[in-house]
Amino acid sequence: MIPLLFFMPIVQLVVLSYAADFEVKNLNLAIVDYDQSESSRHLIQKFTASGYFTLVGSFRNVKDGTNVIEKEVADLVLICPQHMERNLENMRVAEVQLLFNAVNNQKAGVASSYCQQVISAFNNEHLRQLAMESTTSTPARLTVDVRESFWYNAQLDYKTFMVPGILAILVTMLTAFLSSINIIREKEMGTIEQLNVTPISKMEFILGKIIPFWIIGMVVMSFGLVIAWLMFGIGVTGNILTLFSFVAIYLIAILGIGILISTVTETQQQAMFVTWFFMVIFLLLSGLFTPVDSIPEWARALNLVNPIKYFVEVMRSIMLKGSSLSDLNSHFLVMTVFALGFNLMAMRSYRKTMG
Amino acid sequence: MKEHPAISANNLTRKFGSFIATNAISFEVKKGEIFGFLGANGAGKTTAMRMLCGLLAPTSGSATVAGYDVASYPEKVKQHIGYMSQKFSLYEDLTVKENFLFYGGVYGLRRKEILLRLNDMLKRLDLVHALNTRVGELPLGWKQKLSFSLAMLHQPEIIFLDEPTGGVDPITRRKFWDLIYEAAHQGVTIFVTTHYMDEAEYCDRVSIMVNGVIEALDSPENLRSKYQAETMDAVFQELARGTITL
Amino acid sequence: MRQFLAFVKKEFRHIFRDRRTLLILFGMPVAQVMIFGFALNNEVENAGVAIFDMSMDYESTLLINHIDVSSYFFVDRTCRNIECIEDAFRTNTARLGIVIPADFGSKLWRGENPAIKIIGDASDPNQAQVLTTYAKAIIQSHLAERASVTIELPILRSTSRMVFNPELKAVYMFVPGIMGFILLLVSAMMTSLTIAREKELGTMELLLVSPLRSAHIIFGKVAPYWLLSFVNAIIIVLLGIVVFDTPMNGSVVLLTMSCLLFSLTALALGIFISARSSSQMTAMLISMMGLLLPTILLSGFIFPIENMPVVLQVVSNVIPAKWFIILIKGLMIKGSGINMLWKPFAILLFITVLLSIAAIRNVKPRLES
Repeated sequence: MIPLLFFMPIVQLVVLSYAADFEVKNLNLAIVDYDQSESSRHLIQKFTASGYFTLVGSFRNVKDGTNVIEKEVADLVLICPQHMERNLENMRVAEVQLLFNAVNNQKAGVASSYCQQVISAFNNEHLRQLAMESTTSTPARLTVDVRESFWYNAQLDYKTFMVPGILAILVTMLTAFLSSINIIREKEMGTIEQLNVTPISKMEFILGKIIPFWIIGMVVMSFGLVIAWLMFGIGVTGNILTLFSFVAIYLIAILGIGILISTVTETQQQAMFVTWFFMVIFLLLSGLFTPVDSIPEWARALNLVNPIKYFVEVMRSIMLKGSSLSDLNSHFLVMTVFALGFNLMAMRSYRKTMG
Repeated sequence: MKEHPAISANNLTRKFGSFIATNAISFEVKKGEIFGFLGANGAGKTTAMRMLCGLLAPTSGSATVAGYDVASYPEKVKQHIGYMSQKFSLYEDLTVKENFLFYGGVYGLRRKEILLRLNDMLKRLDLVHALNTRVGELPLGWKQKLSFSLAMLHQPEIIFLDEPTGGVDPITRRKFWDLIYEAAHQGVTIFVTTHYMDEAEYCDRVSIMVNGVIEALDSPENLRSKYQAETMDAVFQELARGTITL
Repeated sequence: MRQFLAFVKKEFRHIFRDRRTLLILFGMPVAQVMIFGFALNNEVENAGVAIFDMSMDYESTLLINHIDVSSYFFVDRTCRNIECIEDAFRTNTARLGIVIPADFGSKLWRGENPAIKIIGDASDPNQAQVLTTYAKAIIQSHLAERASVTIELPILRSTSRMVFNPELKAVYMFVPGIMGFILLLVSAMMTSLTIAREKELGTMELLLVSPLRSAHIIFGKVAPYWLLSFVNAIIIVLLGIVVFDTPMNGSVVLLTMSCLLFSLTALALGIFISARSSSQMTAMLISMMGLLLPTILLSGFIFPIENMPVVLQVVSNVIPAKWFIILIKGLMIKGSGINMLWKPFAILLFITVLLSIAAIRNVKPRLES
C-alpha cells in the first residue's frame, strides 16, 4: 500500500508529462495534381519545403484522396485543378482545393492556417514576378512588421506547461481518495464504534484524520517538485514558501471534502464513486488540458467552486511566472474559505451517535 | 469394501520458505466423530486445516478426506465437505432465504430441495420468522446458527468448523454445541478448532498442536489423567509451558 | 450450469439491493457526459489582451478596437509600460500582450513597416501559439480593410473542405473520448471492488472451499455488470447523438458490438484488479489513481497520440480506451465499415481475452503450492 501511494504518483508524473503535447507537427500531405504543370509542381514543392508537411503520396483522383483521409494515412489532401497554370498566366484567379481530416478540429484549423501561409508565400512570389515583368505597378499595400516573442517558455515546450499541472492533480487525487474512504472504512469494519465511545471531540476527530494525510500530501508534493527540477529542469521561479503555504491550505480543503464525502456515504464503493465523480469534473474543467477562457458561462460559474482550478493556476503561476502572494491574493482568500467551509461541514455531518 | 476413515493425515508437512508451519503430522478421524483441533495462535492449525480443505498443497506427506487425496483431487474433496469460519460469512445485504438459495445453488442443489431443507432447519432452530430478514439485521448468535446450518445444507460427510463460537456468550455457545452433537448423531464427522478449553471437553477426541507438531492426541479424559490435570485448560497450559522451556 | 446461475442471481441481488449505488452508477456518467460535452472546448475564445499603445493615434485606436470586437480577444487593460503586461500575465488576467510603436499611423501610411510586437504568455505554449496566430491574422485583415484593396489580383486562392466535421466542432473530437473514458472507468471501478469485497468480508473463503470453479466466479461476477455497462454505453451513445448532434454514419450493429466488447474489456480489467488486491482500498487506489490519468492522457482522448514520444506511442497500445475511441470515431463520425475497423476491434478482443485469462488465473488459486 505504501509503495503504491508514493510510486504511482511519481511514475505517472514522469511518464505522463511526456504524453501531453498539442503541437501540430508532421502533417501528412497527399496530393492530387490534375494540372501537371510547372506552377502546380512549384506549389507542391513549396508545401513540402515549408517544413510543416510530409508528402505521403500522389493520387490520380479525389476519391483516392478522400480514402487516405479516412484511413488516417493523410491529414490533408491538396488538389490542383486543371488549367491552374493557364488561369494564372491569363491574369485570372486560380483555385486549389484542400481537404482536411477534421475529426480533430484543432488540428484541422492549424493545418489550414499553415496552408494559407504557404499559399500566400506562393502568391507574393508570383506577384513580384509579375511586377518585374510588367511596367504597371501593383497597388499600394499597408504592411507592418509583426514580431512575436514568448515569455516564460521561449522554446514553447509543452512539458513545462504540463508538469506543474499533473503534479497538482496527482497530489489532489491521492489525498482526496485517502480521506474519502477513511471514515467509511472504519464504519464498515466496525472500528469507528471504538472511537465513538472515547471522549474525543468532533474537532479532534477530524483533525486527527486530516493530519496524517496532510503530511503524506506535503511529502509527495515536495518529492514531485524535486523530480520536476531534476528530470525536467523546471524549478520554482517564484517564492517557494508562497507555493507551500498555498499547498498547505489547499490540502486542508481537499481533505475536508474527502471527509465530508466519507461521512455522508454508506459504503466504500459509494464513497469512491462520489469522489471520482467530483474529481473528474473538477479535473477536466480545471484548465489542466483545455483553456479555461473558452468554457461557457455556466461552466465558468461552476469553476468558481473548483479547488483544482485554483491549484493548477497557482502552481503554474508561481512555478513558471514567478507570481507573488499579492498577485494571487484572491486565490489564497478563496482557498482559505474552502478549507474552513468544507471542514466545518464535515464536522457537522459527522455524528458520534448512531441513528 | 473397506470403510475408509473420514480424515486421515500421514506425515502431512507444509513449509513456507524455511519456516515449517506443519511438521509431519499424522492422525485419523473416524466417521461420526467430533474431533477437536487445538493449539495456540500460530501453532499451525490453520495451515493444516487449509490443506485438508483442498486449498493448500502439502509440501510432503499426504492426507485423504472422505476417501479422496487432498493433493490430487482437491475438487472432489470440496464436494464432500462443509465449512464454517470464525469470520462470519453470510452476505449481510441478502436475506436468509437468498443466502441459502445461493449457497445451495453453488453445490448444485435444486431450488425446491433447498427451500425444503431450509424450512426444516429453521423450524428446528425456531427461526422460521427470520426467513425474509436481511442477515445484517440478525443478532450474532442467530447468524452463527444459520452459518452452521448453511454449512450443513448440502449434507456433507465432514464439516470443518474454524473457531465457530468466537465472541458469543456461554449459553449461546452451549446451544451451538447441541447443534454439533445433533449433526454428529446423524453420522456427520466434525472437525473443529477452538480457543475455549471447556469446549474441548465436548469433543470425542482432541489433538493439541504446538509449534507445528501434534503434542498430544487422545480423548479428554485420557489426556486429563495422563497430565494429572483437573481440566483441559490445565492440560493445555502444561503443554504450552513445555514449549517455552524447550 | 445451476451453480453458475445461482451465482449470477446472487450478484444481481447485491446490485439491486444497494439502490443508492445503482443511482450513482447511472446518474454519474450521464451528468459527466452532459457537462463535458457542453463545457470542453479546445478552441481559444475570450482571451484577455494587455495592450501597450505608444502611439495612441487614430490608426492604433482603430486596430485595438478591431482586436477587441473579435470573439477571440477582449482588451483586458491598456498599459503605460511593459511591466504592466507582465503584471497582467502574473495575475492570469491576460494571455497576450501587444505593443504598438510610437507614430504608428504616420509610419504605416508612409510605408515604413512599423514593428508591432506580440507577446505570448507561453506558460501555456499551445494557447500562446494559437493566440499569436489569431492576432496576426486579425492585424492583417484589418490592414487589408484599411487599404481597401478591391482590385482583383491574379493569385491563387484556396477553398477548404473539412471532411467529417464541416463546422470544426470540438464536440466531435471530445464525445468519443468522453465515452471511452467514462465507460472504462465506471465499469472497471464497479467490478474492481467485488472480489476484494468478498475477501474483506470473509465470504471468499466459503466460495473457495465450495466446488465453484474460477471461471464460474469470474463470469458470474461479470454477467450482471455487463448488462449494466452495456445499458450505460447505450445511454451515453444516445446522449452523444441526441444532445450533441454527433452523427451516426456507420453500422448500428457494429456500434452495438463495439460497446458490448468494450464493456467486457473494462469489466475484465476491473476483475483482474480485484483478484490481485487484498482489500477494497487497494483495489480502489489502483482502479482510480492508476487508471484515471493514463486513460485520459494516453488514449488520444485529448492529446494526439502521434505527438507522443515513440515509447509512449507503444505504451498507448495497451490502453483499451484508445481502441474504443478509434472504433467510435470511425463508426459514428467517419462512417467507416468493418474493412477499416477490423484491426482495432481485433486488438480490443485480444486485450479482453488476455485480461479475462489473467483474471481467472488470479482469482482462485485452485491449489496453492
